[in-house]
Amino acid sequence: MGKITPESQSVVVRFAGDSGDGVQLLGAQFAESSALAGADFSTFPDFPAEIRAPVGTTFGVSAFQINLGARRISTAGDEPDVLVAFNPAALKVNLPLLRKGALIILNTDAFTARNFSKAHISADPRETGELDGYQVIDIDMSTQTLEAVKPLGLSKSDAEQSKNFWALGAVLWMFGRARAPIEEWTRKKFAKKPQILDGNLAALNAGHAFAETAEISAEIPQFVIGKAPMQAGEYRTITGAEALALGLAAAGELANRDIIFCSYPITPASPVLHHLARMGELGVATFQAEDEIAACCAAIGASFGGKIGVTSSSGPGIALKTEAIGLAMSAELPLVIVNSQRGGPSTGLPTKTEQSDLYQAVYGRNADAPLPVIATAGPGDCFDAAIEATRIAVRHMTPVFLLTDGYIANAAGPWALPDMEDFEPILSNTPPVINGDATSEPTAVKRAIWSRDPSSYGRPWTAPGMPGLAHRIGGLEKDIATGDISYDADNHQAMSELRARKVEAVADFIPDQDVEQGETKGPVAVVGWGSTHGAIWRAVHDVREQGYDVAQIHLRYLSPLPKNLGRLLSSYDKVILPEMNMGQCATLLRDKLGLEVIQLNKVSGQPFKIAEIVDVIKESYPAKAKRLKKAAE
Amino acid sequence: MNAPLTAKDFATDQEVRWCPGCGDYAILKCMQKTMADIGADPDNTVFVSGIGCSSRFPYYMNTYGFHTIHGRAPAFATGLKLANPALDVWVVTGDGDGLSIGGNHLLHVIRRNVNLQILLFNNEIYGLTKGQYSPTSRLGTRSPTSPTGSIDAPLAPGAFALGAGAKFIARGIDTDAKKLAPVLKAAQEFNGAAFVEIFQNCIVYNKDVFESFVGKKTAKETQIHVVHGQPLLFADGTKGLKLNTATLALEVVGVGELNGDGAPVNGVPKSDILVHDETNAVIAQMLLTLQSDNYPMPLGVIYRAPAPSYNDAFWAHHPTQGKRTGKVADALRKGSVWKKA
Repeated sequence: MGKITPESQSVVVRFAGDSGDGVQLLGAQFAESSALAGADFSTFPDFPAEIRAPVGTTFGVSAFQINLGARRISTAGDEPDVLVAFNPAALKVNLPLLRKGALIILNTDAFTARNFSKAHISADPRETGELDGYQVIDIDMSTQTLEAVKPLGLSKSDAEQSKNFWALGAVLWMFGRARAPIEEWTRKKFAKKPQILDGNLAALNAGHAFAETAEISAEIPQFVIGKAPMQAGEYRTITGAEALALGLAAAGELANRDIIFCSYPITPASPVLHHLARMGELGVATFQAEDEIAACCAAIGASFGGKIGVTSSSGPGIALKTEAIGLAMSAELPLVIVNSQRGGPSTGLPTKTEQSDLYQAVYGRNADAPLPVIATAGPGDCFDAAIEATRIAVRHMTPVFLLTDGYIANAAGPWALPDMEDFEPILSNTPPVINGDATSEPTAVKRAIWSRDPSSYGRPWTAPGMPGLAHRIGGLEKDIATGDISYDADNHQAMSELRARKVEAVADFIPDQDVEQGETKGPVAVVGWGSTHGAIWRAVHDVREQGYDVAQIHLRYLSPLPKNLGRLLSSYDKVILPEMNMGQCATLLRDKLGLEVIQLNKVSGQPFKIAEIVDVIKESYPAKAKRLKKAAE
Repeated sequence: MNAPLTAKDFATDQEVRWCPGCGDYAILKCMQKTMADIGADPDNTVFVSGIGCSSRFPYYMNTYGFHTIHGRAPAFATGLKLANPALDVWVVTGDGDGLSIGGNHLLHVIRRNVNLQILLFNNEIYGLTKGQYSPTSRLGTRSPTSPTGSIDAPLAPGAFALGAGAKFIARGIDTDAKKLAPVLKAAQEFNGAAFVEIFQNCIVYNKDVFESFVGKKTAKETQIHVVHGQPLLFADGTKGLKLNTATLALEVVGVGELNGDGAPVNGVPKSDILVHDETNAVIAQMLLTLQSDNYPMPLGVIYRAPAPSYNDAFWAHHPTQGKRTGKVADALRKGSVWKKA
């Protein structure tokens, strides 16, 4: 592909600099401006594990990518069309990602011998020919920023901190975006730091003016990305973490029970805790526990107390919670466990994304301990997924895994606001009415407490404080009818079967698996789960436009699988399964459905590119298969 | 409401499965009686335990109960207390459960000062796993995992609690219900994490390990029952603990009888004996670290310094004090929302 033209349907922009350069803020505000202008978009913050790695180093490079378009945008884009690089390290790291011919805007003030050495660059890349074929614009951004804020009397280091706002001003002009809403946001954000606020506003305006003036010499191009076709309604920008937090709050509202969210800080799961800590008015309370285990145990304690206990972490933290999850399952208590997956094993790649905790969620406990597992497909979908996870937990009185990942947690896009009226209330099994007190006939009380619903196998949600229902629960095997400790052989068999049946019963309450694009049978289906949704959607959409008869099927429910899934998938000649692990969902489908798929496994810490999926579809497409007659939408 | 509940009403229909002669029986009985004495509401009372012999306790209390996983009872209890602060929550743990695998949670539930009672049954051994040495076992303890004697320095549970910031620390003996009951009551009344160490005799794996001070015949000489505002006296008032201001340590001294002139004979004047101040952490530290072979074992409420409880503070600091005042539909629309026609 050649140069970006005004007719382009979409543009991918990447900002990159040091961890401390404010690249994430710059990107997020640029996304916000695009949202307000009616474009569709998807963002991908790509930052290092180090908070402030040594300045100028390649491992300290933080980036923010945004794909914005006048059409439906489903991923943050394969290859950036525009790169704004604040230093040589940022250029070095990101150059290989760019589309050939991309526009590169460099902060030349940072192109010094010292910075080349920090980034292990032997010669100025602008002079080595490496940038041939790209459109390079040199701007002395630091100098320009310092000039702009000079009258305000800020220290040099404070003044230079504003260069992300200078760059933001320039790109706002390039994309014809309104400055006023960004100025308003900046005023609020920095209200308590008037000097910094003034510096940022001065830089923003200076960057904007610079780009506009430079345009006279046609140096800086302007892009026109119009409004994307979206359904009528109210929209806002949302990250997966925030949508998940709101979804949990909504679940509490639908259940008319408070949410007690117990967590321990871990990347990339912490933002969910941060958001919920500020949602107290929605019946949410957050508890930062001393460790992952305590977080899970406290959440279970809260569920035992009649509130909706939720715990959240990433793979390593989930591993620590495992024993407690088994207890919640054994004690038949509701619990939502959110896993924001990251690259592993062990500490792995904390800030990079992966889908490699599926085995852990489905199979990863001691003994026979099946649990429902669901996955979210994108930022906005986290809202619905959180409600669904809570609904299953409360209905079936079981822990439920909700899988999301680092990409979804941090990625943002426009989100059509849901109507709360569209959601059914979340109902729990009613505790038995016992007219008595502590001297009541104990066996009658116990039998009532363990009287499970015949379709969901959920028991009544009894909690301390309820009169006449005092009883004991625990992790020792219990009698199926009375809940008393039981080492009886037949009883353990019956309880193990009950626990398995309970998870199977979830399938009676979930919808049949649908086909998102294409037909319910044909030569090829692409099946996915989780955050691969966007890349698969675009890949299938694009190949269908080229005449390939390909269907897209995206799984929300991983345990149990929808009842019709086996039959549905068998109706395609080939099933392709892209996933960001070494083949965990492929194993699951083989295990549960006896189905073999074509695996596309990527574990680079980066989301799938659309092209990677398109290539596999085309390679796998049967030569003799029919082509679609007309372009599909 | 029916007639007041008796100790029997707090017993369950479950067969108690501790070894015959285990100190846990005595503690259970004392607890059931204490529940009746304080007029506890079984519907509002919860016993939460971890794993180990002591942790079977909830099954035998006719209240709400949760037998959880090894070492984590404080964390479950914290979540429960946050979910329903009106509940009276008791954590039952042991030296292995509370100080080894669960040391971290015990530390944090104490320093947060969650309003609950922690009963640590200390028998200085792992019972349920058949007799391995525990974090409170004395140096040289021979056990299946320390055949040549343990080399781990033992932990002093009370000193651990004080170091963790405990605001209530008390001690009792399993079979001395008369002295243990008031300690349990005081713990229950305390608004915060009340830490109670109960010396509990494991008759199978560590029999009579506390005999040096629990023996009834010698108890007068080997125990000191501390009372706030009273001098630290024992042996029927003939002995006491005096602060040696040179070594900053407690020493055992004889209390002299007054002669006709009012002067003490064969000992120090009573006024030299340190007066117990339960709000004084320095005195608590000295009492909690006394070595039992040279000193009487301090028992009773050793430290009590009220401070705001975590669960009170938790809800006081909650943005809306725990009230649901907002709607999700409105929260969704906070910030920048735009309309597509």
